[in-house]
Amino acid sequence: MSTSTIKFIDVYKTFARNSSNPQTVLDGVNFELKPGKTTVIAGGSGQGKSVSLKLILGLMKPDSGQILVDGKDVAQMGKKDLKEVRMNFGVLFQGSALFDSLTVYENVALPLQERTKASSDEIRERVTKSLAQFDLAGHEDKYPAQLSGGMKKRVGLARALQLQPKFMLFDEPTTGLDPAKSLEIYRLFYKTQQEFGYTSIIVSHDIPKIFNLADQVIVLHQGKMSVFDSPEEIQWSEDPNIKSFVEMTMGHVYQSHEMERIQ
Amino acid sequence: MIAQRIEKIGSYTLYYLHDIGRMGLFLFYALLGTFKRPFRFAALVKEIRLIGANSFAVIFFTAAFTGMVLGLQGYYTLRQFGSEGLLGSAVALSLIRELGPVLTALMVTGRAGSAMCAEIGIMRISEQIDALDCMAIDPFRFLITPKLWATIISVPLLTLIFNVVGIYGGYVAGVYILGVNPGAYFTGMEHSVINKDINLGIIKSFAFALIIIWVCAGRGYFVQEIKGAGFGAESVSRVTTQAVVISSISILICDYLITAVLL
Repeated sequence: MSTSTIKFIDVYKTFARNSSNPQTVLDGVNFELKPGKTTVIAGGSGQGKSVSLKLILGLMKPDSGQILVDGKDVAQMGKKDLKEVRMNFGVLFQGSALFDSLTVYENVALPLQERTKASSDEIRERVTKSLAQFDLAGHEDKYPAQLSGGMKKRVGLARALQLQPKFMLFDEPTTGLDPAKSLEIYRLFYKTQQEFGYTSIIVSHDIPKIFNLADQVIVLHQGKMSVFDSPEEIQWSEDPNIKSFVEMTMGHVYQSHEMERIQ
Repeated sequence: MIAQRIEKIGSYTLYYLHDIGRMGLFLFYALLGTFKRPFRFAALVKEIRLIGANSFAVIFFTAAFTGMVLGLQGYYTLRQFGSEGLLGSAVALSLIRELGPVLTALMVTGRAGSAMCAEIGIMRISEQIDALDCMAIDPFRFLITPKLWATIISVPLLTLIFNVVGIYGGYVAGVYILGVNPGAYFTGMEHSVINKDINLGIIKSFAFALIIIWVCAGRGYFVQEIKGAGFGAESVSRVTTQAVVISSISILICDYLITAVLL
């Protein structure tokens, strides 16, 4: 099991700071991920969920505060160090972000070709194996435009896992998928986490379903984060913002935490 | 009211300074990508095919008809002074010094520059460039550097083809249609075209190639940060138009400057 963790210390981020209508997305945020576990970040649109992911990856810089990845502050890092830190990350983007002009095989092989010294035979072997694992055998030569939404996500996940990352970040992994396909992605997620033991963050709208996978839940509201150790804990919160969030998104208590494990 | 105006001027000044800065860095990193390993030779060859070889037909027809028009126009002007024999020199000098490099660059901007800008812009908005960053693959080395060198290699070669085809276009109009002495057409050219003219044309074509890749790829790369470009597909279309316009105008301005300095 991984011991890797990410910690936010007093992170502030405001967009259009100099304009007449500044937008504060993160207003002094603090949290720490549980190593080897899954943290779900929930919250309404435009509440800074995806921004948090971009900050972790160093694609964006915070206005102030520290973002520690294994104890090193990504907010202060130069390009070279950032590159090293990013080697530990796998990311599944909202739109999968597959390279349009490359085939499924080439997409999945890319991290291995670019980041390792593996021979082309080794790469072929690994990619073929992992495509089979993700139910993509026979689709090697297709282009992303020829794939369904669910298949794209699977290719994205296969690509992200090629270098066996310590952290996996999922940006809305099931948006636009039907319930059956979503379940399939969740299963793959669960299976691969068991196999690789990565620490993960899932940003999602798919509430309450997504809570089945959560070991920790963070609710983002008006730039503030509230951290809960279990999905059930959210229901008992006295905070009026959280209460209205719970009513809006979950309706009633959803306690099927064990369900996914049984399946 | 006045304060508002000053604020606006200030904000525009800051924006353009920032824009110049990031475009400068863009070129720097694109050039730096040349020295990073692994160099993507296959991608370079592919880009030369897309930017160079696939532009051949456009260049061929533009050159043939430009040469023929020069032959016609030149003939009727020169006939007034009884010096039709100079037609070859007139056509060759106009092509080699000015029209060859400029028209080639404008055609490549329209054909390949716009495609390059749109391609990179779409990769940006669909998070494909972020995906490269997250996989710790330098997007400049991976994406921009092959295009940079492909343009720098292709444009001078296309200019060369333009000049040769244009000179024969002039020959067709002058000799076959208007009856100029074929020997005089080429002899006059040999006497009047000197190394300096050819060097001027070569310097121009390299400079224009750099402008095309810098402006078109650069605009595409920063598609989300350009003021007033909007979002999504619309931003890509607007920025592509903008890139073609800026690139074309810069080529014409640069043409004047190089001619003024070197002639």
